[in-house]
Amino acid sequence: MTILEIGITFIKVFILVTIVLLHVAYATYCERKVIGHMQARLGPMHVGPHGLLQPIADFVKLFFKEDIIPSNADKPVFFIAPVIGVIAALSSLAVIPLWETFSIANLNIGILYILALSSLGAYSIILAGWASNSKYAFLGGLRASAQVISYEIAIGLSLVGVMMLAGSANLVDIVNAQSMYPFILVQPIAFFVFIMSAIAETNRAPFDLPEAESELVAGYFTEYSGMRFGLFFMAEYVAMFIMSAIATICFLGGWKGPDFWVFSYVPQIVWFLIKVYALIFFYFWIRATLPRYRYDQLMGLGWKLFIPLALANIVITGLVKLF
Amino acid sequence: MPGTYIPINYLPVLIILIAATLIGLAPLLIGIILRPRRPYPAKLSPYESGIPPVGEPRERFSVKFYIIAMLFVVFDVEAVFLYPWAVAYDKIGLYSFIEMMIFIYILLVGYIYAWGKGAIEWE
Repeated sequence: MTILEIGITFIKVFILVTIVLLHVAYATYCERKVIGHMQARLGPMHVGPHGLLQPIADFVKLFFKEDIIPSNADKPVFFIAPVIGVIAALSSLAVIPLWETFSIANLNIGILYILALSSLGAYSIILAGWASNSKYAFLGGLRASAQVISYEIAIGLSLVGVMMLAGSANLVDIVNAQSMYPFILVQPIAFFVFIMSAIAETNRAPFDLPEAESELVAGYFTEYSGMRFGLFFMAEYVAMFIMSAIATICFLGGWKGPDFWVFSYVPQIVWFLIKVYALIFFYFWIRATLPRYRYDQLMGLGWKLFIPLALANIVITGLVKLF
Repeated sequence: MPGTYIPINYLPVLIILIAATLIGLAPLLIGIILRPRRPYPAKLSPYESGIPPVGEPRERFSVKFYIIAMLFVVFDVEAVFLYPWAVAYDKIGLYSFIEMMIFIYILLVGYIYAWGKGAIEWE
């Protein structure tokens, strides 16, 4: 690899990370608007036209907030926990192909890389809960880590069927294998298990038990304030974007769109982003619609329904591929 | 030369790891100059709904979390074994399918046993 290629990689990383961070800022705005309108409210309206500058105001506010570290906290761990979360979330972007020729690292183990980094994200949760030295944070951290590792199994097993059909764990190969039809048509069970587990994995409603405000205040980040809280928030939204991108790539045909009439002139990235935004809208929608699960129901759902379903899906896919 | 293999495909991963670390650390480090810092004991005590904290925060917790962690190790290792099998499935055919079914069957027995023992029940 020459110096030029390394320079190009730096520029690509810079562009991608900037786009994703802007996206994160406006995803928070969209979420408040969407949920507001679903509940017959207007959402943010005061900062800028229709509240469009609200994310910037939020960022400035978080940035200038006082940094409170509880006196009993385990300081180095308390400091490092949100940073781990951000690193795990942002590094996963490396393998996501936005269009056919754009991915920062075209690894042949793309899916494994994403799953490995999402496991690392669990560390930020459990370390934050442990280091805060507060009851709410501790219980929230315990719950969150048990939930995240349980649903990680379901996510991992649901993607096995996709890998069997594509014969590869490379994300570009997986999209190219869907040139005839998207895998959602042949793997509907896996898609269902993946989407539900992704919501639980990113701690979103209705599976936001770790931060159930009615019982645990804010769960594992109760003691975090200001920019440290902002980092957790950023990690959650980036993780949401990544999970939607993986669902798009593995089940909805990635950057491929219908290939006739004017549709063939639409750039690949537009198709990709349309699908990702549709899934993110689904996240907001489900949050506005469903009440929170109880913890025993949540763990039961993961272990008694999703994992057997994903295993059955693997067996059925194997049988169908044999004949 | 033996022993000098450099995984060149992973260099971009290293670059994005560095970028992500910078993005994680920069707001915290730059913020030190800009943020106010006026601590006093009540502000720094852990949140407990407005009353002074009672007892130890890290108390004993349910053994179920340990059981979930152990089951996680078993099933995650199973998933790791499934990945190479899934990727190479087109090339290895019926024989590997039967082998993997035996593997899944053994795990399934363990899973049913754990379920029967109440390891995944939460009351």
